[in-house]
Amino acid sequence: MKMTGARIFIESLKKEGVKVMFGYPGGVVLPIFDALYDSDIKFILTRHEQGAAHAADGYARATGKVGVCLATSGPGATNLLTGLATANMDSVPIVAFTGQVKTSLIGNDAFQEVDVIGITRPISKHNYLVKDVNNLTTVIKKAFHIASTGRPGVVAVDLPVDIQMQETDFHYPEKADIRGYKPTQKGHIGQIKKAAKLIANSKEPVLYVGGGVIISGASEKLREFAENTEIPVTMTLMGLGAFPGGHELSLGMLGMHGTAYANHAIQESDLIIAVGARFDDRVTGKIDEFAPNAKIIHIDIDPCAISKNVKVDVPIVGDANCILTDVIKYAKKPDISKWNKQIASWKKQFPLAYKKDSRLRPQYVVEEIYNVTKGEAIITTEVGQNQMWAAQFYKYKIPRQFISSGGLGTMGYGFPAAIGAQIGCPGKVIFDIAGDGSIQMNIQELSTAVANKLPLKIAILNNACLGMVRQWQELFYKKRYAYTCFDSSPDFVKLAESYGAVGMRIAKKKK
Amino acid sequence: MKIEDFHNCSAHLMKKTIAVLVENQFGVLTHVSGLFSARGFNIDSLAVGETEDPTISRMTIVVDGDEKTLEQVKKQLNRLIDVIKVIDLTGEDFVGRELVLIKVKIDDENRSEILQIADTFQARIDDVKRKETVIELTGDQNKIRSFIEIMKPFGILEIVRTGCIAIGRRQ
Repeated sequence: MKMTGARIFIESLKKEGVKVMFGYPGGVVLPIFDALYDSDIKFILTRHEQGAAHAADGYARATGKVGVCLATSGPGATNLLTGLATANMDSVPIVAFTGQVKTSLIGNDAFQEVDVIGITRPISKHNYLVKDVNNLTTVIKKAFHIASTGRPGVVAVDLPVDIQMQETDFHYPEKADIRGYKPTQKGHIGQIKKAAKLIANSKEPVLYVGGGVIISGASEKLREFAENTEIPVTMTLMGLGAFPGGHELSLGMLGMHGTAYANHAIQESDLIIAVGARFDDRVTGKIDEFAPNAKIIHIDIDPCAISKNVKVDVPIVGDANCILTDVIKYAKKPDISKWNKQIASWKKQFPLAYKKDSRLRPQYVVEEIYNVTKGEAIITTEVGQNQMWAAQFYKYKIPRQFISSGGLGTMGYGFPAAIGAQIGCPGKVIFDIAGDGSIQMNIQELSTAVANKLPLKIAILNNACLGMVRQWQELFYKKRYAYTCFDSSPDFVKLAESYGAVGMRIAKKKK
Repeated sequence: MKIEDFHNCSAHLMKKTIAVLVENQFGVLTHVSGLFSARGFNIDSLAVGETEDPTISRMTIVVDGDEKTLEQVKKQLNRLIDVIKVIDLTGEDFVGRELVLIKVKIDDENRSEILQIADTFQARIDDVKRKETVIELTGDQNKIRSFIEIMKPFGILEIVRTGCIAIGRRQ
């Protein structure tokens, strides 16, 4: 049966199991929107394309499924970019569709034309321009395959308007066959045995785990491995939730904003077992001074991540879940009771603390959110101090509970991401922990949340300034506070009300 | 020929010759060249053409960098979806050739000398005008470098180079 490109697009998404899509209409995507009109795919109309990309990202992070967003050509596409870069940096599977001017006009500086392939190249895993309607299904199949396998990421698909209108037969391919793309799953057994040997002989080992553990669903295996060996676990920002924050073997987060004891442990260790983490500069600080006595085992699905920042002794490329399963088989428990005693004493000596006085401290607010939600909410964050407090003072129990822009550090991320997460997990309690700066970057999405009757909560930690940047000015720029304090801010209570949401102000601890 | 003979490399910075098999389709060159600019890798030369299989193109890339950078170049190339295979020819036995077209100033006095040098290098004279000539030369980079050096005193007006293409000798 012949179908238009737009219809084929919808049918292909259904084949991929897409239930929901986030986006914004425009001129050259009208054929698709017309086909969406009587389709059962749920379309969430955001108020800005950036919101759509972040919402698709939040949906993907909360559910583990591929997030899908759709925007028009030109400004629609450029507005998506921050969201796509955010997702790609954090290895979040997204397929982003953009409309494009008709093929005969491409390259002519036509109205609302922009080179989507060119501008998405550095911020995506791959991209496609569909120039023939007969290739549409193959491209969509490949796009979903690439986005969701290996190290996940963003795939952008550019759809010229004439392709959306042309007709052809609909055949959806069974599988995507890409000869240049075969991600490694199983780890090399020889390497795993080498790693097991290092583990058995270590005296001061630390597990350093990142987002890769969450993505590959390796949390159970990680826990089994840590408990078998009693090796303490520290997490990156992206890894929060990969191991229960309240577990006695947990050292919390490491790095610039991490706990002192996690950093002590890493620095003093003789073996670092990195799983799905990439030795980012916020973790290592100065590379030359990072963990000077440690041998390093690095488990990662992306060969590029290995030996990029630090020299690795035993690299193991593959899926963290597969590899941990094998590591558990071979690894023997090292004798580390002395080391764990040392760590316990660091924990006592340098606890994560803040001033507990009568003032309403942001850390206290996060702790109270933790108490009220019994530690079971999904927390999204913006970027800045709010993000670090949310990372430090909420103890995450399970994967996909902490949703935050780690790599790109995108202000304005948390709220639209919370919308996506809530749509993906309707029964969950979701809090966006925000600052007064970040929340204003995508505040328009309040309309989306209200329109979809989402029971979201936003906690705005309002200090009337851009706290993180101000903190740096305080420490490194002689307290010259250049443009980090707002001269004027909206009344957030009234603002919420004007969008049809409920706004409350809390100024004292008692309330 | 070994890479060591092929390039005068210093201890830290070395040149690497990499052959990359890619899908012969739209956008692939953008991905490859974009990778180099985004990661700050220096391309010495890049040559592309179709292979025995028309769906596959082969790029020969000569890059500059230290060991770590070059390792990343290979990994990053492998990561690209359209890249089918990355072959590192560095250290292998391979044939590397480049084609260069040189326009040289010429006059009645030096004409025969230039033609003679060209002949020694087995270069071809493509065009002789009264005041200039175009010389075509194929060879490895040493040969090309020496020829250019010899031609310099006569006055080189223009040089066009294809960049190196290379093929491994082993099966």
